[in-house]
Amino acid sequence: MTVKQISVFLENKPGRLAEFTDVLSENNINMRAMSLAEASDFGIARVIVDDVYNAVTVLKDNDYIVSITKVLAVEMPDEPGALSRVIKVLGDSDVNVEYMYAFTARKKDCAYMIIRVADNKKAIEVLQQNGIRPVCQDELVEL
Amino acid sequence: MERYYQPEIECASREQIREWQSERLVKQVQNVWDNVPFYKKKMQEQGLEPGDIKSVDDLHKLPFVTKDDLRDCYPYGLLARPLSECVRIQSTSGTTGRRVVAFYTQHDIDLWEDCCARAIVAAGGTNEDVCHVSYGYGLFTGGPGLNGGSHKVGCLTLPMSSGNTERQIQFMTDLGSTILCCTPSYAAYLAESIHEKGVRDQIKLKAGIFGAEAWTEEMRHDIEEKLGIKAYDIYGLTEISGPGVSFECSAQSGMHVNEDHFIAEVINPKTGEVLPDGEKGELVFTSITKEAFPLIRYRTRDICILSREKCACGRTHVKMTKPLGRSDDMLIVKGVNVFPSQIETVLMNKGYPANYQIIVDRVNNSDTIEVQVEMTSEMFSDSLSAVSAKEKELVDALKAMLGIYAKVKLVNPKAITRSEGKAVRVIDKRNLYQQ
Repeated sequence: MTVKQISVFLENKPGRLAEFTDVLSENNINMRAMSLAEASDFGIARVIVDDVYNAVTVLKDNDYIVSITKVLAVEMPDEPGALSRVIKVLGDSDVNVEYMYAFTARKKDCAYMIIRVADNKKAIEVLQQNGIRPVCQDELVEL
Repeated sequence: MERYYQPEIECASREQIREWQSERLVKQVQNVWDNVPFYKKKMQEQGLEPGDIKSVDDLHKLPFVTKDDLRDCYPYGLLARPLSECVRIQSTSGTTGRRVVAFYTQHDIDLWEDCCARAIVAAGGTNEDVCHVSYGYGLFTGGPGLNGGSHKVGCLTLPMSSGNTERQIQFMTDLGSTILCCTPSYAAYLAESIHEKGVRDQIKLKAGIFGAEAWTEEMRHDIEEKLGIKAYDIYGLTEISGPGVSFECSAQSGMHVNEDHFIAEVINPKTGEVLPDGEKGELVFTSITKEAFPLIRYRTRDICILSREKCACGRTHVKMTKPLGRSDDMLIVKGVNVFPSQIETVLMNKGYPANYQIIVDRVNNSDTIEVQVEMTSEMFSDSLSAVSAKEKELVDALKAMLGIYAKVKLVNPKAITRSEGKAVRVIDKRNLYQQ
């Protein structure tokens, strides 16, 4: 009930991000979601792709430092208040959100959120109890 | 009129200096043979006995002492007097693994302070002066040395120590400091701050005695102009005593070595052969009057040139140039000795690859040091705070090892150029050793 997120180390230097996205595009890798986090001297690009294995291989071949993390991809109705409900469910159960970012899919009337929590198992449990559905890796392709 | 602290010594004839040196060297060699097993063993390995050293002409026969020897003998291995006769310990810039502790008897403190007093008088100091000492006090020899010298001259001494620039300038203006003693980079920083505050006309400084790090002629002119003073260089090292091993006179063209206490030689760093005056080589010192911690032929690793040409100031003691470089890879950053190997040790301990680069620069007259390290999979994760924490951990470990802050920059793998032969570990952009 999780998806694999690829995190990539990027030096904070002009052109580094462009180099990174070039590597993906040259290898025909489509990003489904992406977020950037930055410290003073470096950044971390976090991406969701359909074919994780292929993307990681390509990145490693190009000397990128890569880390794979299991994160939650939560589907919710594309309407006001939907995200609040999800966050409230997690908060009420003491599940701490480390970071999150949105992504869109082709599926109509649905919005998606990538959520990174420390305890995936517990998060999935409370979400499901509240009728909220985390998506699994295989489903990503169809979204 | 040139003034001297001890004219009969500072202007003694060359013959007289030689005589002092020979007599004191013979005594010192006997002393270390009798009291320091390390020296006895070293001499025996060369088939030498104290009787073989009859004058300075025989000095070259004696084996060298290196910084590694000092480390191996840490802490008491080179003591020539019982601890009960020692009154002071000073230490080189707190660098783990390379720390050197030097011991002093009261006699040793006196002679060291005499040397500093000579430097202060050479810079025009008298008992009418207010001597503002902004070298660090503590284990570092800068503060204590100049402080003692200033007392001997009879200056009103301000033991400011380093840092707190606001307060430094306040005291300078309120109490009318006339002589400033600090590192040249701090002098430049003070000069800048004084200008920014617009209090230049309230400053009564006339001279500065600046040492403990390399500086250029351009920097000297800059400081002299900004503060309206004469800026004098001073040289020394904890192993030999501290600042004042040599100092500049009014001629400002090299530093007179206090030859009645320290014999200077210049050698070929590869062969160990003694070089004639005028040739560039590694500076070697023998402390012939020190009681507690005498060093025989100590290799400083500083590259310089000696000159016995007559000096306009009237002093007869040999002059050395500013250090023109190092014969090892030691860097002096903010007055602190830094070896690339220390940085490497920290990186290895923390699990970073041995591929790194050290960038040293001088920004606004203050040294900066940056360590570039390649990121590894083991260090990396999706969490910014986790990676930042790792980075911080490395910064702290470097600070603990070096005693100064070094910026850490994590870079992409293979971002640091691999060289074919010897790796270029250090890029020093300061360009300090001109000439």
